[in-house]
Amino acid sequence: MSKSEQLQQTRFGQLVNTYGLPRLIITGFLIFLFIMAPITGSDLATQITNVINRFSWNAVLVLAMVPMIHSGCGLNFGIPLGVLSGLLGGTLAIEMGFTGPMSFVMAIVVSTPFAILFGGGYGALLNRIKGGEMMVATYVGFSSVSFMCIMWLMIPYKNPSIVMAYTGVGLRSMFALDSFYANVLSKLFEIDLNPWGINLVIPTGSLLFFALLAFLMWAFLHTKTGTAMTAVGSNPTFAKASGINVDRIRLLSVILSTWLGAIGIIVYQQGFGFVQLYTAPQNMTMPAVAAVLIGGASVNKASISNVIIGTLLFQGLVTMTPTVITALIHTDVSEVIRIIVSNGMVVYALTRKTEGLK
Amino acid sequence: MSSNKNTPLGQRNLESMHNYATPLGRRILELVRNYAVPIMFIIICAVCIPLSGFSTSYLLNEIITRMGRNIFLILSLLIPIMSGMGLNFGMTLGAMAGQIALIFVTDWQIWGIPGVVLAMILSVPLSALLGLMCGKLMNMAKGREMILGYMMNYFVGGLYQLVVLYFMASIIPIKHASIRLPRGFGIRTTVNLTNMRQCLDNELAIFYNGVKIPVLNFIIIAVLCLFIVWFRRTKLGQDMRAVGQDMDVAQAAGINVDRTRIISIIISTVFAGFGQIIYLQNIGNFPTYTAHSQIGMFCIAALLVGGASVEKASIGNVFLGVILFHTMFIVAPKAGVAITGDAMIGEYFRVFVSYGVITMALIMYEIKKRRARSQGGELLALAQKEGGAAS
Repeated sequence: MSKSEQLQQTRFGQLVNTYGLPRLIITGFLIFLFIMAPITGSDLATQITNVINRFSWNAVLVLAMVPMIHSGCGLNFGIPLGVLSGLLGGTLAIEMGFTGPMSFVMAIVVSTPFAILFGGGYGALLNRIKGGEMMVATYVGFSSVSFMCIMWLMIPYKNPSIVMAYTGVGLRSMFALDSFYANVLSKLFEIDLNPWGINLVIPTGSLLFFALLAFLMWAFLHTKTGTAMTAVGSNPTFAKASGINVDRIRLLSVILSTWLGAIGIIVYQQGFGFVQLYTAPQNMTMPAVAAVLIGGASVNKASISNVIIGTLLFQGLVTMTPTVITALIHTDVSEVIRIIVSNGMVVYALTRKTEGLK
Repeated sequence: MSSNKNTPLGQRNLESMHNYATPLGRRILELVRNYAVPIMFIIICAVCIPLSGFSTSYLLNEIITRMGRNIFLILSLLIPIMSGMGLNFGMTLGAMAGQIALIFVTDWQIWGIPGVVLAMILSVPLSALLGLMCGKLMNMAKGREMILGYMMNYFVGGLYQLVVLYFMASIIPIKHASIRLPRGFGIRTTVNLTNMRQCLDNELAIFYNGVKIPVLNFIIIAVLCLFIVWFRRTKLGQDMRAVGQDMDVAQAAGINVDRTRIISIIISTVFAGFGQIIYLQNIGNFPTYTAHSQIGMFCIAALLVGGASVEKASIGNVFLGVILFHTMFIVAPKAGVAITGDAMIGEYFRVFVSYGVITMALIMYEIKKRRARSQGGELLALAQKEGGAAS
């Protein structure tokens, strides 16, 4: 009976099974947007430039999801911790007086010890609450962000270009990076086709930087420690039986995730050109989580290709809908579509049955 | 120890053994540990109240008003906790249903208590539908109910925005231009409930030394409390407690676990809808697109401050929690100014404390769950060893 049913299954059904229905809908919608873009009068090259740009800002943050998913710690809703260490690194590098590309390097260097410290504490905590990571992670993120809100006001920063204008005490909620690390990566080896009349700009440096990190991550996952991480994620009991120190591997994955989160926000800032403080780090979580899930990752399985596909699809959706849909129906529904898609994706992923968890 | 062999291996058994063995000093320590959060809050309030410099009657008035408007919402959290589904972060769904009902009632210009009652009736089918959806999804994600409920907030929040911002007045008829956006469809960012403002609070209100006591609100709350107490004793309530204790055992005993869980979420969502209507009629207007977003967080924080945990909460926790949490909320900004000279620090501090309390409660719950599991395993191993030695 079941065999004949399987035979009756259409090719479309098979595609849905392997590719996942939500992912199929989103891909279809994005293709539709790309087809509609020239018809509605928006320039396709500009749209592609926007999508690639947004991809280069966000990809590292999405990559930060991978180590924790691999080691079975679930979706990293605690990414604000990484973002906070990145913010500390960035602001301290500026405070120390670095400018230009040097400030970018120093931002990463300074944020590293914070990421190891925060990630270590966070990882030790997650090791004590196996099975309930995601909910705790969400609230660890929230409480650390609100704690740092107090800290941004209390830490005695002095640099006049980042502290509040009138009082001189506490950091501004947003400041420009023009004289610091804005566009240091994206302007590197930039390919600009504007002289030939095509509005296509490719931020090669940012893409290369992401490619480097993605390659390192891929290589790491194929080392002995990386394989152990995958084993811990897919079957912790088996991993323990084969002599892997489960807690240590999980701790390592959380530190790695946090550190990548720190680098991710610095790369995001260099593309965006501004630093956003106070409650802003909370807004970095959902796009990253949704992107990796749209890319085909599940709660305990993720690969580099998931990251790339997911970021392209999600950022494509975010950048294309405002222009194309607005031109089509003269109403801006892009924000609502973004909310429904990203959160719906997470809900969908949470309701899927997963093995190896528990 | 051999007498232990035939008793069921459960948490209760462990605890009772524990209590007999511990001396008084350790038992006090245990008490302090169990009520760490309320004690901490009492200390915070004791420090902050004199610093804030508010008069007693002002403070009392504020706290009683806030009790009247918040307790109903917080009580809606109790039933899912009873059925072992943890803190119902999805209560926001009910709040959204309540808001949609209020928008319709405002458009039809039905004011005062009839308006409130009509809004409550209108909100029921919507909340029940959303609760059903939420419950079904939660059954698909057993063990991850809380994070799912939390994500449902945002997902359904998106749908709410779609309906209210784009469908209302374009597909769904809205008569009055005063609540429509100038562009012709969608609802304005603030819905004004001036003619409904505090209609429940003022009915039967008693003034005593400048403190206003909204008697009708408290009567409604008392009715809900009685309902919860009664509900716990019904067949369904007993089923829910059984499901909360152990789903597998409940299933084996012939309880339809999935159905029971869905019902408990539906009840919670419907009550949350009522609660939001009571809350908003007190405030007198609401920001259409953000009124629901923080409600879940504050209600859960207040419940936890009252000494509840993820698996255990009582009506007493709700009352204590509201008093302590809102006292902190009222005095923190002013006390922050007195201590640091910066109003924003007090503001951020109270947000930090509410998040921090939830974080601590979740961590403590997960650690306790793990410890209980490993203790259960140890006890089982011990029993097996003894059984082996006897034979």
